[in-house]
Amino acid sequence: MKTIKQIIAVTALNLRNIPQRLASSVVAVVGVGAVVLVFAAVLSMAAGLERTMLSAGSDDTAIILRNGSTSELNSGLSNEQTLIVSNAPGVLKDGNEPIVSSELYVVVDVKKRSNQSDANVPFRGVQASAFDVRHNVTISDGRMFEEGKNEIIVGRSAQQEFMGLETGKTIRFGQNEWLVVGTFDANGSVSESELWTDVRVLQSTYRRGNSFQSIRVKLESPESIETLEQALAEDPRIDADVLTEREYYSSQSQGLVQFIKLIGYPLTLLMAIGAVFGALNSMYSSVSVRGKEIATLRALGFGPTAVLVSTVVESVILALAGGALGGLLAYLVFNGFQVSTLNGPSFSQVVFDFAVTPELLGQGMRAALLIGVVGGLFPAIRAARLPVATALREL
Amino acid sequence: MKYFGLIWKNVWRKKIRTSLTLLSVFVAFLLFALLSALGYAFKSGEDVADAERLVIIDKVSLINPLPMAYKNRIAATEGVHSVAHASWFGGYYQDPRNQFAQFPTDPYEYFSMYPELEMPEEQLENWAKNRQGAVLGRELAEQFGIKVGDRIPIQATIWTKADGGRTWEFDIEGIFGTNDPRGSTAFFLFHYDYFEEARAFGKGTVGWYILRVTPDADPVQVANAIDLQFANSPNETETSTEAAFAQSFAKQFGNIALIVTMILGAVFFTLLLVSGNTMSQSVRERISELAVLKTVGFTDRAVLGIVLAEAVLIMLMGGLLGLGIGWLLVQGAAQQLGAFLPGIFLSGEAILTAVGIMIGAGIVAGIFPALKAMRLSIIDALARA
Repeated sequence: MKTIKQIIAVTALNLRNIPQRLASSVVAVVGVGAVVLVFAAVLSMAAGLERTMLSAGSDDTAIILRNGSTSELNSGLSNEQTLIVSNAPGVLKDGNEPIVSSELYVVVDVKKRSNQSDANVPFRGVQASAFDVRHNVTISDGRMFEEGKNEIIVGRSAQQEFMGLETGKTIRFGQNEWLVVGTFDANGSVSESELWTDVRVLQSTYRRGNSFQSIRVKLESPESIETLEQALAEDPRIDADVLTEREYYSSQSQGLVQFIKLIGYPLTLLMAIGAVFGALNSMYSSVSVRGKEIATLRALGFGPTAVLVSTVVESVILALAGGALGGLLAYLVFNGFQVSTLNGPSFSQVVFDFAVTPELLGQGMRAALLIGVVGGLFPAIRAARLPVATALREL
Repeated sequence: MKYFGLIWKNVWRKKIRTSLTLLSVFVAFLLFALLSALGYAFKSGEDVADAERLVIIDKVSLINPLPMAYKNRIAATEGVHSVAHASWFGGYYQDPRNQFAQFPTDPYEYFSMYPELEMPEEQLENWAKNRQGAVLGRELAEQFGIKVGDRIPIQATIWTKADGGRTWEFDIEGIFGTNDPRGSTAFFLFHYDYFEEARAFGKGTVGWYILRVTPDADPVQVANAIDLQFANSPNETETSTEAAFAQSFAKQFGNIALIVTMILGAVFFTLLLVSGNTMSQSVRERISELAVLKTVGFTDRAVLGIVLAEAVLIMLMGGLLGLGIGWLLVQGAAQQLGAFLPGIFLSGEAILTAVGIMIGAGIVAGIFPALKAMRLSIIDALARA
């Protein structure tokens, strides 16, 4: 009990005279803050990308691609094959009509707002049923394209990120002009990075005959994917891969997410090491400045434990303050910040927001805590071992 | 220089503090080395571009193929010295994760277009003779342990063969390197003729053309002449210099590289701030000592020099070590990751910048306390002690 009282008293004393050694304390706080800032900022990119990609995928929608293709862009399916898939078992029906959408996926150059440079923007040919096989896709502005016309609807993120896609504008790709007639909303998912038009129009513009690249089907239940997979495997007329939409989008985002993490974690570790040095330095100088003070306390009867713990507590408080500051800054500056980048597998742009999630902030604060403890421990041990007589003589 | 012993003693006056400062400077410059190498990879290609080479792609998108029939018309355009073409194959070796670039092309045309690629003449001839032959860059060969004479399968993700198969087999006839240390060799080349004959669809097209202009021609004029020639056709072209093409492709990755660089730049300066502050602090603590130095006859200028030299020395010691270890790591990463992230390279420019920053930061950290030390009135300083 006495020790606890002593700890509280010494800690309060330490904290009260922080203003007298402001510079080194600020440096420690800033150092830890930078670690948490960088950690949260870099990894919020991965978190945002994952959220965008995965929120597009559901377990009760399957996507069918030509066997061996790594994305819709590489795939190819004939009209006959799309009919086989539509009539396969496991596909949910609305009355007598199976809920399926056969689609074409190409890429067009559109200028990015941020650097006025051409970017590969995904251009998808869809049927009206595209809205039935997807969750939460709605026209938020303007109207749906008319079948058979050179009209496009534009995902909300694409509209914000790329130039010339406002409703009512005409955009030219090669020799063809397209009228933007509406905007669609898909809860921030990857679909919003795309331009959509009538699949028949896109087929003839791109001279794709009557072929498609992917088929999305609504499943009777998430389990019926196996029924569908088996039926297609047994049919010699089709050689296709069947994936749930969630699996598909997670495979599409994996490369980029891994890449960001591969950079983010080691960098954070490296920086954390740097911050530990900063914290150590600050606490050593705190201990050396307070040498006489500590010796006086010890002479008055305060125990070494009180001195030790209070030094660690001081360091932890500084580190947590830094961590909170860095996390807050990361949240204010980066959360919701929209960027787009080229995603390898589909060779096209994906627009996403940075997401500074509570998990990331939690991880950041844990790192700050660790830095505080490590940075305070060794100076604390020195403080506790300070020979009282020598330290007092320095007066 | 005669004061080096004194400076050295001062540096190690407080061993723990100096070690910690050195370590944080070390970390800062290690980070600097890794980041500038990574940044280099992001804008990869821009610096290795040849000013006399132009790239022709479809105007709507890089993914759209161009007719093979364009080749002769391009070659006949005024100012064009030679033409080569390549296509994107997009296959993988053994495991879908082992993706690297494979291009079907013409052996002689390609190698004369890229003189920086180095391969024994004999291997080039063997490749040209073997229809199913292929050559690959040294980076790939080392990574996957592929040797000349091997027969390897590549799994296609796009190009099914006319017989429905997706496995393309190749005889490795050669391994090429590059005489440009910044260039990547993480790609694989095979015969367009074999590709064209065996593929199930897309016949009569190529992915893109590369051309070399004659030395006296203006590349911009040649590019315009070519684009004009194919204007209003179903396949309009976009011709740009290799550098512009690489730059515009790098821009596709968008602000991400920029954001990473900015975040880390901020960090780098934070680390410098931390160490700089510690260094200033250590000088401030010794003001009275400096007064003693002046009492025994050191000039103002000498005191200034000693304090500054100490700060710069600490920066250089920690910084050069960090840069050195960073360089080693980059070399290792370039070997391990070459196929996935080509173009990781620590440029001489980056190294010079880093050394400049070390000296600059040392001066900034040392200058205020050093000036204070120089202007010190001996009596006041000694009285304070």
